[in-house]
Amino acid sequence: MSTMTIAKGINNGLRVAMEKDSRVVLMGEDIGKLGGVFRVTDGLQKDFGEDRVIDTPLAEAGIVGTAIGMALRGYRPVVEIQFDGFIYPAFDHIVSQVAKMRARSLGKVKLPMVIRIPVGGGIGAVEHHSESNEAYFAHTAGLKVVCCSNAEDAYWMIQQAIETDDPVLFYEPKRRYWDKAEVDETAAPRELFKAQVCREGTDATLVAYGPMVKTCLQAAEAAAGEGKNLEVIDLRSLSPLDMDVIAASVEKTGRMVVVHEASTFLGLGAEVAAEVQQRCFYHLEAPVLRVGGYNLPYPPSKLEEEFLPDLDRVLDAVDRSLAY
Amino acid sequence: MTALAHDRETLLAQGAPALLRQMIRVRRFEEKCVELYSATKIRGFLHLCIGEEAVAVGVISSLGPGDAVVSTYREHGHALARGVPMNAVMAEMFGKATGCSRGRGGSMHLFDADLRFYGGNAIVGGGMPPSVGMALADRMNDRDDVTACIFGEGAMAEGEFHESANLAALWHLPVLFVCENNRYAMGTALAREHAETDLTVRAASYGMVAWAVDGMDVLAVREAAERAIALVRGGGGPCFLELRTYRFRAHSMYDPDRYRDKAEIERWRQSDPIPRLTGELLAQGVVSDDEVATWEGEIAQEIEAAIASAEAAPLEPVSDLTRFVTSERQTP
Ligand SMILES: Cc1ncc(C[n+]2csc(CCOP(=O)(O)OP(=O)(O)O)c2C)c(N)n1
Repeated sequence: MSTMTIAKGINNGLRVAMEKDSRVVLMGEDIGKLGGVFRVTDGLQKDFGEDRVIDTPLAEAGIVGTAIGMALRGYRPVVEIQFDGFIYPAFDHIVSQVAKMRARSLGKVKLPMVIRIPVGGGIGAVEHHSESNEAYFAHTAGLKVVCCSNAEDAYWMIQQAIETDDPVLFYEPKRRYWDKAEVDETAAPRELFKAQVCREGTDATLVAYGPMVKTCLQAAEAAAGEGKNLEVIDLRSLSPLDMDVIAASVEKTGRMVVVHEASTFLGLGAEVAAEVQQRCFYHLEAPVLRVGGYNLPYPPSKLEEEFLPDLDRVLDAVDRSLAY
Repeated sequence: MTALAHDRETLLAQGAPALLRQMIRVRRFEEKCVELYSATKIRGFLHLCIGEEAVAVGVISSLGPGDAVVSTYREHGHALARGVPMNAVMAEMFGKATGCSRGRGGSMHLFDADLRFYGGNAIVGGGMPPSVGMALADRMNDRDDVTACIFGEGAMAEGEFHESANLAALWHLPVLFVCENNRYAMGTALAREHAETDLTVRAASYGMVAWAVDGMDVLAVREAAERAIALVRGGGGPCFLELRTYRFRAHSMYDPDRYRDKAEIERWRQSDPIPRLTGELLAQGVVSDDEVATWEGEIAQEIEAAIASAEAAPLEPVSDLTRFVTSERQTP
């Protein structure tokens, strides 16, 4: 057992993956000597050398494109993108090449690569540095998209993503990087592409992922004080979506609120809600509600708190659902 | 239209005091920003151009009012030199509604369309293709405006640079590529970023005139910029200027600056553009100590006034955040 932050959890997970498999190579801007903007790769270049922790020039399209070639020749590259908003120069490669290579080769080649992206707001940064763009990639067939919410998952999920034979976009909730938890490195990890019920309840289900899991757990705690018993599900995997866990919960509670930082318009919540109404129509006591960011450019840091879903907005949605 | 190239002698006698004053103004403004950042009055990211003022001031003072400036997140100096009022810049840093972007942009996204200042931009390389497009439009309309596209040497590793350089040269467009080579892209030193570290060679390979200038000498920058702008405006196609400079401070307020020697920073501080020009002008009797002291006083007052006005200004109401996102006119 060790106590670690999410950032350290990923760092430790990367270290284990690199020790286990010499084909695991890290690439990114300033990830070596500097250890990355968020220090997630701190110390790894010192221990594994410049060939396995590669400092690249500023060239996102080139980095992701190069990782494709590395993966085609047997490596398992892990690319770091400094901030969510800097992924777009590489968008073309991710959507047009990474996602399609396996299908194009009729399964003859695989692309075991991981693209790590710090995601979301809450750190006082402005546009380009606070985005939640996971839906773009979850929308693309051929990609897997996951998002960790705590140190334990951070530690395990990064290792499992690296072991996956498909390309994985690995989202890291940047404002929770410094949140600590106990991690048991000897326990058996949960499956990567499965959702997890992280608090059991009977009155309504909160579904969230990444940074919003903590917010939802706090909301459930607050609601418990008022006698409301909320279940909280951490999606963990955004594509594929683990609908079984969600449907089982909704069949129990009859009510659901989906929460994410990304704009609700065409966000993950829309997909979850659509699936739930198809699968659990007769179990629903209220319409599925969504709480998310507004469909606007990310606001200035001083208005960030108004913009991001918080405890009050989550509880308000829960009340509306319960009152329906 | 700006006059044709001044030589150093004429510049020394005539324009230099104004250039010096502007450099001091940018420096003091940013020094104040550091304090305000520590006091959490300014939040988010803050990239300073301390040490690089000669580039901002030398290049931008050479442009005419019809010319365009497309900048980066390290743009406080560019904005001030372009004439964006200090009050509007400071309020923007504070995130206030009176800021030049209503507080939405912050330090990295100063914008003033009226001054043809098309912004800071937090995306490295993000301003390059649009610069080419503005220049294409100007050429198609027979306007003799120049688009100054400013970027760091790190940005030359992005694909956008290569696509933009080729397009501008192929179509013979009035773009002035302004490369602020401060030798580091965040923690990545020039030689770890580029296989060919002579950046002018790479720019020239696209078929444009390119040369390097001492970016710590505002008179050299100004002279080169005037010459380059005259060439571009005159229909000579794009031009690439590499301004060799150095940032004295970390990449941003977030950066622990672990990747370079203190001695290297000290060495570059020896060619700080402000004392360098001050010394030269004092020695030649072009300005006096009293004059410099007067400027310092005026600048300090301007900064204090900008802070007071930013402090007093309101935040944009949350309900207004839906404004300006798309056209506000009803669809016909
Ligand atoms: C597309 C993109 N990738 C990465 C970044 C992160 N980043 C911001 S500035 C910077 C270094 C840029 O260096 P350079 O172009 O030399 O300009 P300087 O900061 O030195 O002025 C990096 C990597 C970014 N803003 N945009």
